[in-house]
Amino acid sequence: MDDNTIIFQPAPARPAPSSRVGPRAWLRANLFGGWKDTVVTLILLAILALTLPGLVDWMFVRATFFGDADNCRQAGGACWPFIVDKFNVLMMGVYPQELGWRPAVCAIALIVLAALTYTNRVRGIVLIVAWAILPVFALFMIGGAFGMREVDQSLWGGLMLSIMLALVGVIVSIPLGVLLALGRYYGPPVVKSLCVAFIELLRGVPLITILFMASVMMPLFLPPDLVINNLLRIQIAMILFSAAYMAEVVRGGLQAIPAGQTEAALALGVSRARTIAFIVVPQALRHVLPPLVGRCIALFKDTSLVIIVGLLDFLGMIKNASLDTTWLGFQAEAYVFAAFVYWLICYSLSLYGRELERRGPSAQKR
Amino acid sequence: MGASWNGAARPRKNVNTELAETIMTDTIESQIGSEDEIVIEMKGVNKWYSDFHVLKDIDLSVTKGERIVICGPSGSGKSTLIRCINHLEEHQEGIIKVNGTLLNENSKNITQVRREVGMVFQQFNLFPHMTILDNLCFAPIWARNMPRAEAEKTALRYLERVGISEQKDKYPGQLSGGQQQRVAIARSLCMNPSIMLFDEPTSALDPEMIKEVLDVMIELANTGMTMLCVTHEMSFARSVADRVIFMDGGEIVEQNTPDAFFDNPRVDRTQQFLSQILTH
Repeated sequence: MDDNTIIFQPAPARPAPSSRVGPRAWLRANLFGGWKDTVVTLILLAILALTLPGLVDWMFVRATFFGDADNCRQAGGACWPFIVDKFNVLMMGVYPQELGWRPAVCAIALIVLAALTYTNRVRGIVLIVAWAILPVFALFMIGGAFGMREVDQSLWGGLMLSIMLALVGVIVSIPLGVLLALGRYYGPPVVKSLCVAFIELLRGVPLITILFMASVMMPLFLPPDLVINNLLRIQIAMILFSAAYMAEVVRGGLQAIPAGQTEAALALGVSRARTIAFIVVPQALRHVLPPLVGRCIALFKDTSLVIIVGLLDFLGMIKNASLDTTWLGFQAEAYVFAAFVYWLICYSLSLYGRELERRGPSAQKR
Repeated sequence: MGASWNGAARPRKNVNTELAETIMTDTIESQIGSEDEIVIEMKGVNKWYSDFHVLKDIDLSVTKGERIVICGPSGSGKSTLIRCINHLEEHQEGIIKVNGTLLNENSKNITQVRREVGMVFQQFNLFPHMTILDNLCFAPIWARNMPRAEAEKTALRYLERVGISEQKDKYPGQLSGGQQQRVAIARSLCMNPSIMLFDEPTSALDPEMIKEVLDVMIELANTGMTMLCVTHEMSFARSVADRVIFMDGGEIVEQNTPDAFFDNPRVDRTQQFLSQILTH
């Protein structure tokens, strides 16, 4: 560097112009960005103005919050005491009331584990084992084990049953789906065609059909001394159905992993099986987290179909409750409540999934 | 043409000893032995991609500690050649022996060879879902059953040697290309290989980062590591290589010492190639 060298000084960064920040800028950018945006915004506001007052009036203003059916009929609005009265039944079905603490313990365990996962307190293998143990624990608690009174599965119902079906379904069908996807993607021809056949068969049939098969036809094929109870048959059917979809989601992730990743691991002398288990599958699952969460939500909602094979899940109990003669005429409240509960759980799952996506190396890259 | 090359006395250039002394002591220990020992032997190797003949009758012997640069136009089979050495590509005809182990369908042999041969890729191929430290520990733990503590100790030592130990808890995506490639080199070295293959290690890098990777490679060369390097860095070839191999159309066209190769190429195709890359 001689004396004639000009020293390069990077210019300091300046704040953005005020027209790009603040509430006015937000309104402009999001609602009134041009004449098209403005028209859409006004139309949507009009629709809200037409529908919202009536809804608020029915749900809150004229609604009855305390009292009995007669109070409700006089007020004319929504009848929330009905939901309060039926709450236990909606949650647990005809499960013995005095044993209600057992499902409650399971619910708390589920919430605690979910919170620990969400806050990233528990990680790695401990996390996987905890989630694998949870449904087993729940089955023992609800069904009765360790000297507790046994409760027959025909008495299980309500939201408890819906969550059980979905939770066991998700926890078993994801690993099964991964295996199916691996079989389809890496397997020798025989394994590959078996996996393809299974996946395409299950995906080609509506869930209702599979549930009917499991509930009505399966006992006909099984040897008479092998009795599998109805709930278990339904659960297996849901797992297999879900696994077929999970497999296709996971396969998409497997295809997204560059060949260089496997090559690098193989070149280091790592075996093929370990390369797939530690390099390919974890990355593939991370890639497909959004659709995977989507499948979990779909599976939870699909549990409402079990009503047609005689299980009284949450929606089944809602239907039952609205037929109660004491509370006749309050169907709408029951279904609004059902919609709210389904939405609450599905939206939580969605938020949960987004948080999991946000984490990890792919997020730090940007 | 280059037949008299195997085992000939080679001048050791680039005696950047200060760094070389400190680097990779394990490697040096494993390198002690006969200088003329043949570690890679390829005889009549042929390979086809379906019906495209990509390698044609390749004969190549590499002695211990030899540093070879392979160059040639794209599609000439140079990458395929070195990928055959650790069996990432399968050859259909001929014999490949690495450290006396014959490469065939026997997966035991393949694994054996891969543990002794390190490879550095053009696209780095670090594992993006693992921290830098975990990237380095992965193979020693899962391919050599090394205890985690020991693997981490080795990993840290190599990270320090390539100058990025302070990045050990970051993810690959947070590092620059040059840093990633240095991590990739360190990752290979953690398996304590006796041979290193480089497949265009600087081709995906920004100009400012090429030097930091080449410096690490030069240091490695000075430890006596056997190296086969596909590269277009001709200054590297000139200063480090014992032998330069020029390939075209799946054949070894010419091989010679770097000085003779660059100053006095004998085959017209080589002359044409060199005039293309040296005068652009």
